[in-house]
Amino acid sequence: MKDKPIITVKNLTKKFGHFIANDALTFDVYPGEIFGFLGANGAGKTTAMRILCGLSKPSSGDAYVAGYSVKKAPEKIKKRIGYMSQKFSLYEDLTVEENIRFYGGIYGLKRKDLLNRMEELLDRLDIKSIRHQIIRSVPTGWRQKLAFSIAILHKPVIVFLDEPTGGVDPAARRQFWELIYEAADNGITVFVTTHYMDEAEYCDRVCIMTEGRIVALDTPDNLKMMHQCNTIENVFIKLARNHE
Amino acid sequence: MIELREIRKSFGAVHALKSVNLSVSKGELHGLIGPDGSGKTTLFRILTTLYLPDSGIATIGGMDVVKSYKKIRRILGYMPGKFSLYQDLTVEENLKFFAAVFNVRVKDNYELIRPIYSQIEPFKKRRAGALSGGMKQKLALSCALIHKTEVLLLDEPTTGVDAISRREFWDMLDHLISLGLTILVSTPYMDEAARCHKISLIHEGDIFKTGSPQMIVQDFDRILYSLRTSQRLQMLRYLRNRNEVYLAYPSGQSIHFSLHKSQNNIERIIVSSGIPYAHLHQISPEIEDFFMERLGKS
Repeated sequence: MKDKPIITVKNLTKKFGHFIANDALTFDVYPGEIFGFLGANGAGKTTAMRILCGLSKPSSGDAYVAGYSVKKAPEKIKKRIGYMSQKFSLYEDLTVEENIRFYGGIYGLKRKDLLNRMEELLDRLDIKSIRHQIIRSVPTGWRQKLAFSIAILHKPVIVFLDEPTGGVDPAARRQFWELIYEAADNGITVFVTTHYMDEAEYCDRVCIMTEGRIVALDTPDNLKMMHQCNTIENVFIKLARNHE
Repeated sequence: MIELREIRKSFGAVHALKSVNLSVSKGELHGLIGPDGSGKTTLFRILTTLYLPDSGIATIGGMDVVKSYKKIRRILGYMPGKFSLYQDLTVEENLKFFAAVFNVRVKDNYELIRPIYSQIEPFKKRRAGALSGGMKQKLALSCALIHKTEVLLLDEPTTGVDAISRREFWDMLDHLISLGLTILVSTPYMDEAARCHKISLIHEGDIFKTGSPQMIVQDFDRILYSLRTSQRLQMLRYLRNRNEVYLAYPSGQSIHFSLHKSQNNIERIIVSSGIPYAHLHQISPEIEDFFMERLGKS
């Protein structure tokens, strides 16, 4: 990783009253990297991600995303990123095609580009046959792939995935990860939060947070070696228990 | 303790359960492993006497789920997949409510829930809606046990729960098993399968495999390899284009692939891809690989 970082986080702190949600976070993420952000519920993952997406301001410290400061230019950041979450991603009452057109419009794609990219997307996911089906009737695994593809429809430099999977079968999960590999291969940086530790194994590097602090940051292999564990789940449990 | 014989259930054109057979002995921890939409919840609703099967017979403790539903409910504890306690009631009020519904007093059966409930007792005045995920789960389990449950049905109790709470939950199940309970638990997490005595793999309304976790992986009838490469996507595409390869998929940092039949030149096949790789070796399959064999080609 010799490139310049695409995300630089320096002493990022976020307080809510006396509660410190993020405590002096410092790390870099490089272009084309699949960066996993792990932590238990309440560890501060979502707070940090919201700041990096330009949705919330740090109490102190700063972060640069795609070259812009989250403090000074959050609007510029929003135009250059994609976002997907498990909780909310697609409109259930709209069809597959309507969702694509809606989000494409929100991201400011021109009509012609939007229509071209929609056809390309439907083709790549092999879902032309269900383009007029409403989302509610589409299986979870397909929905997730669609939501991810929509999040990168405007070709952002970074895509943020907030707990993107869950509840799908092993085959669908792997197909989802292959889409992520593909995006990374095309130079899109993937920043993914998850509390499913087995998913961390798919990331290039993982950052583990407990109680607002970064307690580990390295490749999955190095973390396992360093802590003499056979899985990232065991590394995580070891670190979390040490911290208690 | 739990028996299902040729249970069928359809909703319109959707065959949620297609002739399902299942047998769980007393004192057994049985895992029902399958993805979303595979029929797990429908099966639970039949066992909890909430749905009527279209055909087939289901019994719990020898009692028929249709004819003896009232008796079954007395010995059955159920924890649905969605948190279903009263969010506006406190921890303590929820527990008292569920005890009252079953006409028992909390103190009569307190011993059964003590190891679990004591962990959330310091928060007994807190509303259930304000509890963390792990604590909600402990409360729901306490409420499912308070009427001196003999058979516990848990529908995806660990979905969306963090790694530490997940492990604690399975420790609690071990404890309940040691007290003689019978537990049927569903999960989409393959790694949890290893903690069960027996597991049943379910997909599209069909239980296609039942046995101990060890036995199931022994039945894997292809040769499975693992390798590492920094060019995962390219390697996957290459493997999928080879005739010798049955299935190839990512698995964490590695790629797993299975062959139609044994090859003595596997190394040469990989080398000729021109893609740098490392750690090529044959591996023994895990439950997840078994599932991939079944799902991967469909």
